[in-house]
Amino acid sequence: MARVISMKDAVNEAIDQEMGRDPTVIMMGEDIVGGAGADGEDDAWGGVLGVTKGLKAKYPNQMIDTPLSESAYIGSAVGAATCGLRPIAELMFVDFLGVCFDQVFNQAAKFRYMFGGKAETPVVIRAMCGAGFRAAAQHSQMLTPIVTHVPGLKVVCPSNAYDTKGLMIQAIRDNDPVIFLEHKNLYASECDVPEEPYAIPFGEANIAREGKDVTIVTYGLMVQKSLEAADILKKDGIDVEVIDLRTLSPIDMDTVIESVEETGRLVCVDEASPRCSIATDVSACVARDAFKALKAPIEMVTPPHSPVPFSPSLEDLYIPTADRIADAVRKTMEA
Amino acid sequence: MNDQITPILMPKWGLSMRVGTLAVWHVDVGTEITPGDEIMDVETDKIANAVEAADGGLLRRCVGQAGEVYPVQALLGVIAPSTVSDAEVDAYVDAFEMPEIDEDEDTGPSYEFAELDIGKIRYTERSGEGTPVLLIHGFGGDLDNWLFNIEAIAEKAPVYALDLPGHGQSVKAVSNPNLETMVDAVIQLMDHLKLDKAHLAGHSMGGLVAAQTAISNPNRVASLSLICSAGLGENINSEYIDGFVSAANRKELKPKLKNLFADDSLVSRSMVDDLLKYKRLDGVQTFLDGLKENLFSNGKQNVNITAGLGALDCPQQVIWGEADAVIPKTHANGIEGATVTVISGAGHMVQMEESSQVNDLLKDML
Repeated sequence: MARVISMKDAVNEAIDQEMGRDPTVIMMGEDIVGGAGADGEDDAWGGVLGVTKGLKAKYPNQMIDTPLSESAYIGSAVGAATCGLRPIAELMFVDFLGVCFDQVFNQAAKFRYMFGGKAETPVVIRAMCGAGFRAAAQHSQMLTPIVTHVPGLKVVCPSNAYDTKGLMIQAIRDNDPVIFLEHKNLYASECDVPEEPYAIPFGEANIAREGKDVTIVTYGLMVQKSLEAADILKKDGIDVEVIDLRTLSPIDMDTVIESVEETGRLVCVDEASPRCSIATDVSACVARDAFKALKAPIEMVTPPHSPVPFSPSLEDLYIPTADRIADAVRKTMEA
Repeated sequence: MNDQITPILMPKWGLSMRVGTLAVWHVDVGTEITPGDEIMDVETDKIANAVEAADGGLLRRCVGQAGEVYPVQALLGVIAPSTVSDAEVDAYVDAFEMPEIDEDEDTGPSYEFAELDIGKIRYTERSGEGTPVLLIHGFGGDLDNWLFNIEAIAEKAPVYALDLPGHGQSVKAVSNPNLETMVDAVIQLMDHLKLDKAHLAGHSMGGLVAAQTAISNPNRVASLSLICSAGLGENINSEYIDGFVSAANRKELKPKLKNLFADDSLVSRSMVDDLLKYKRLDGVQTFLDGLKENLFSNGKQNVNITAGLGALDCPQQVIWGEADAVIPKTHANGIEGATVTVISGAGHMVQMEESSQVNDLLKDML
């Protein structure tokens, strides 16, 4: 029997195995060491949601607590990466990336290019992303398009525990800066995950469900919602293919184009804001490269162009649902 | 309960199977079924296959509906002679306790792990009386290649199947990826399980491993069944071997896997995914490269064990799929004195495609 673990444990296990294999893998973040030695704690807190619980005890010299200063420690991690370490910096919420733009966009992303290929920056910046956690507008954003926009960064946003472990190991071994975005509402989701270490290559989408009528292209939490929509639509006799991009930079457009050439219909589902998003990007590429295959206008399912609401009832309305995705699919079938 | 009534149940293929979809019935109510008839197709998330009747008789009810999902051991149909009344059949159906799908509890036998000198080896075990059968998979395979065989053979003898080193969930750090290492693993596992003697059945490269085990340890082997076996000739489909080893994604791997079956629609999405998951594990690529280099370099098989087999006393049989596209069926006649069966309508994975015939042949050796 394969072993079932959660996505949160998959992050932990990937870092654990890589730290054990390679002592240059270090981790920096807020409260990842904090709490060590406190009453009732035989280990550190392991970060705000306990994702890295247990690692401090196991690798005391590879875990570094940081002050509440994202600009400082993200910059330090980038610098350490250029000097031979493989740091994993935990940014807690991707919403805080704003204060580190220079370190990430102007430094980490540019070193390989501006130093003529002589510099490598093997840093992983981990952060939670996404809405539905009742955490309000400053802790709920899906900022995938912003990081995907910057050349020189690799961007990962997994949808399940199996992919999370393999992509995290790949991210740590990768010699370029990787932004690794973990949807906090997926942390509890579980699936079969091998105990042995393995790496999933970047730029390879996963066909989460095969179908012949409509292609849904999505990533992160929206993969689950799209699969739910596919189940709803199956009852109507509509056979939906669901493509999980897994990595947004590099992006596997070949798999998307091949699928659309078969189905002729495309629905892009993106939890990011609707303007200049992954959905618009994929739509534009398909419209250019597979226009002749399209039997219907491309549909997009996204939140409204608004901050994530704090009111729970409004937040639930904000996040795309399986029903909304199913409606968009039906629309492409009617066209 | 009327003992003239025989249920048709959802089969259990492999340890992870909890539910199956009854894809289609091949027989109608009123059909006289002969054991071995293909009565329905069942699909799981791993594989789709025809279900062959274990029992014969008149099909009285199709309880399972095509397209619906049922738990393992669910009642799908009822066989009973015409002397049993409809009321009795209905009463039987009504009284049948449908098993619950229990996600948490694995009631079936589970995988075991043995810590051997060679490293961790995964195996599965079905207890029973008599000399046990040990099943050895082929290159890149694992013990689930025997999905349709383990339970059937277990009706007659204890059954073991292992993941060879470098394969499945066994140790991946293998310093010498060669035949000797594979044979060592088999013997170490037999020692660990305290099996003095076993009937060895090997598929493809596993046939070569079984045969070499017998040649090196003749007193440990009761009989040999070599299925589409390596080691009996020089030819091998190097395009398949090379492609399997080098394929890095679904698009590259899927067409290669089609070489394995006569009916290539059996290459399911999850079969491709499971193999990719295996190939991504740390150490597997290096291992497969090394094993290929040692056994199948330059597009040929490097080891031929026909001479060694000729000197063995134990009963030997060779089973081949008529449409084998990986190792030519002409190799089936390589061993003097061995019984040879070539099964039509099956490819390299003959033990999956024509499982009941292979199971009968394997049981005949006991």
